Amino acid sequence: MIRYVSGRLTQSLLVMFIVAAVAFALFGFVGDPIRQMITEDASQAEIDRLREIMGLNDSVPVQFWRYISGAVQGDFGVSYHHKRPVGTLIAERLPATFELAGLSVLLSVVIGIPLGVYTGLHRHGRLARGLMAASLVGVSIPTFLLGILLIYLFSVILGWLPSFGRGETVAVLGGFWTTGFLTTSGLRSLILPSITLALFQTTMVMRLVRAEMLDVMRADYIKFARARGLGTRTVHFRHALKNTLMPVVTVIGLQLGSVIAFAIITESVFQWPGMGRLFLQSIQQVDIPVMSAYLIMIAFFFVVINLITDLAYYSIDPRLRAGALKGNAHA
Amino acid sequence: MSLLELRDLKIHFDTRRSTVEAVRGIDLSVERGEILGIVGESGAGKSTIGNAVIGLLEPPGRIAGGEVWFDGARIDTLPEAALRRIRGRRIGMIFQDPMTSLNPLFTIGDQIAETICRHTGQSRTDAMKKAIELLREVGIPDPEARVNEYPHQFSGGMRQRVVITLALCADPDLVICDEPTTALDVSVQAQILALLRRLCRDRNLGAIFITHDMGVISEVTDRVAVMYQGRVMETGPTADVLSRPQHAYSKSLLAAVPRGDLRLHRFPQLDYREAGETRAAKKVIDLDTHWLGRRMDERVQSDTPLIQVKDLTMRFVSHHSIIPAWRRSFTAVRDVSFDIRRGETFGLVGESGSGKSTVARMIAGLYDPSFGRVFYDGSEVAGPEAQPMTAVQRQQIQMIFQDPFSSLNRRKRVGDIIAEPIRHHRLATDRAEVQSIVGDLLDHVGLGAAAARHYPHEFSGGQRQRISIARALATRPQFLICDEPTSSLDVSIQAQILNLLKNLQADLGLTMLFISHDLPVIRQMCDRIGVMKAGELVELAPAEQLFEAPRHAYTAELLSLMPQVASAPAADRDVMP
Repeated sequence: MIRYVSGRLTQSLLVMFIVAAVAFALFGFVGDPIRQMITEDASQAEIDRLREIMGLNDSVPVQFWRYISGAVQGDFGVSYHHKRPVGTLIAERLPATFELAGLSVLLSVVIGIPLGVYTGLHRHGRLARGLMAASLVGVSIPTFLLGILLIYLFSVILGWLPSFGRGETVAVLGGFWTTGFLTTSGLRSLILPSITLALFQTTMVMRLVRAEMLDVMRADYIKFARARGLGTRTVHFRHALKNTLMPVVTVIGLQLGSVIAFAIITESVFQWPGMGRLFLQSIQQVDIPVMSAYLIMIAFFFVVINLITDLAYYSIDPRLRAGALKGNAHA
Repeated sequence: MSLLELRDLKIHFDTRRSTVEAVRGIDLSVERGEILGIVGESGAGKSTIGNAVIGLLEPPGRIAGGEVWFDGARIDTLPEAALRRIRGRRIGMIFQDPMTSLNPLFTIGDQIAETICRHTGQSRTDAMKKAIELLREVGIPDPEARVNEYPHQFSGGMRQRVVITLALCADPDLVICDEPTTALDVSVQAQILALLRRLCRDRNLGAIFITHDMGVISEVTDRVAVMYQGRVMETGPTADVLSRPQHAYSKSLLAAVPRGDLRLHRFPQLDYREAGETRAAKKVIDLDTHWLGRRMDERVQSDTPLIQVKDLTMRFVSHHSIIPAWRRSFTAVRDVSFDIRRGETFGLVGESGSGKSTVARMIAGLYDPSFGRVFYDGSEVAGPEAQPMTAVQRQQIQMIFQDPFSSLNRRKRVGDIIAEPIRHHRLATDRAEVQSIVGDLLDHVGLGAAAARHYPHEFSGGQRQRISIARALATRPQFLICDEPTSSLDVSIQAQILNLLKNLQADLGLTMLFISHDLPVIRQMCDRIGVMKAGELVELAPAEQLFEAPRHAYTAELLSLMPQVASAPAADRDVMP
């Protein structure tokens, strides 16, 4: 167990180091940072002074070391555009994105898995086939279109739900985190964007669980479980479902990561004050500290999620606990 | 009143175009304490009967007629919920493959206790106690600890014991065993058969043994029913049917069983066919003029063995580490040396895990040996001074694998599968010649040239193995490695394939390495035999000598475990003293 985790941790650190190197390289390659910060008529002396203050005259390894040690402490420098520390900027927007992404992934799991099990078991049923056809729409409809349609229907025509923003938020955890879950307007604001973001994930989870169920239900141990007289529910939800979970866990993990990183379109459509929009702006304004910090953060989330996924494998499948090779020798 | 009675049972599978009659009206009965064997080739409908009895026919299969009576009540018309109370509780079932019968994600104790709780309503703690007791009864050592282990921590034979425990844990009255030992080694098979027989006796169980293996039938069953194409051809006490088969099909089936006690020139073919069945006519190829025989003149007549294997050792790393002292490896093959002479068939025999396939793979160049050398035709092809195999050498060494289902690319047509090596090695001048060679090869293995246009999935296991052979022949090889080429096939098809290999060897002067765990087959096929145990070659002797006078204790043990068809047909009896 400890070996497994420490092995994964070492890999994760290596990945983070490489990403940090790429993020650092952004400063050197995407234009001279000084040019972004000063006005046209600045004198050469001013430029040199700024260069010295920012430490751009030091050797590359020294700069890199400074960058990494800052990043580890959450100091990613100051945004060129906002003139505020990047760490603070991200920390302000992080809760919005996390709450939206978390809720949409939760929705996709809670709805997607049961639907997947159902369609997998009643492959030829009318409802199952209808669901499969509907899921095709879910996979193929673009997010921005769905968002606009939902806004048009529920905000413009019916006027039930707000069309933009997070609504009222409450600061919790000593002001570090702002949440929309505690106010009515915050919850109402979450509904449309989270559905927009969840639709694709839901259909994907459903189709994946269905495919895995079809596969697992053909397995000998399912037939043997039925031959022992076990009940339908035990066979389906205890023996079959658990065996479908490995790929589902992988996909859900990757999706959570990509939803956090790339909810940009949904955030734009709903004017959601999350990290996606911050990133989009930073690209337009060539705000390199924000871009590089964003890169590192997203890599960090992916690494952490992958680590959790690996640990989930470990708890689901006893064969991994014995060590992959040893398992093979027995098989 | 019998424990189980089938009256005129008919099972149909409706397909889009027609209805397949898998079982065409059979009458069978099993008494308490009696073991009934059902024997036949694959496709005879044996397994379908077992599934139908406990109501687990896979759609579109359905009981189209007849009745199933169990312990005085008719059960084929019962609703699903009532059937669930019979399954496991009254009728237990054991399937062929212990590797896949157990859910890999739950401990065996979990799975046993779950079944006991379901049927007896005992508490989980009591069920666990009973599980431990039962595991001890089926011969699993240290059951208190092992009950908390997962299926992958058990070996094949131990897993089948667990499966047996699961099938019997709710004290059923009848147990249906569908090929219960087919996936196991001979020595393990003997133990499992003995265990099943003891359990049936002790508990006064009725049992049905479904198998294609006459040896199993002869060792275990009291009565036997011989099935062919969905009908029971003959039924009677096992000893009678085996010694004096009445029906022509039974006679033919019995004669096709490879014999461990006697070497015959050819495998007896199962020649019984009902009207309406035809066999593909085989075109005779004149090897003196044909492409396939053209290389024969080039063969050097020399006394050096074709293959020389010297001190071959293979280690697999089982535990990786940066620090060398922490690395663990296990030795799959240790210091194996032998020669294979030109034109001979060399047999390697041993249980699974004995390293025989690893040896074959090292000779074929699929694995690099850790130590030792392999010489092909005098030149070193594996070892410290080996040169990379030349195209010609690779072309001369071909391999036929065990599983005809996974060794053919299912996205390619059969014609392309066979043509690929010809094209790759540029053995033919133009496209038309390739096509005609492919056609001839398919003819030669008895499939007919028309097969080239079809895909592998359209063929049965035996037919696919013929395709594999045709593919191996397509490079005009000199040396053929056959790794368990017939272990997944029925006796009748096995006889055809083995005869084909024998013919090819005689016609083309091939040298063969033949690997099998099936001793009778080895005896019929091979000139000399090496016996492997735990990675070591323990005995090497000419075939007859090995079978008549084994020198090593392990060889003798293997031979004694070989299931014997107790009474071979009378006609052949006279041959054996």
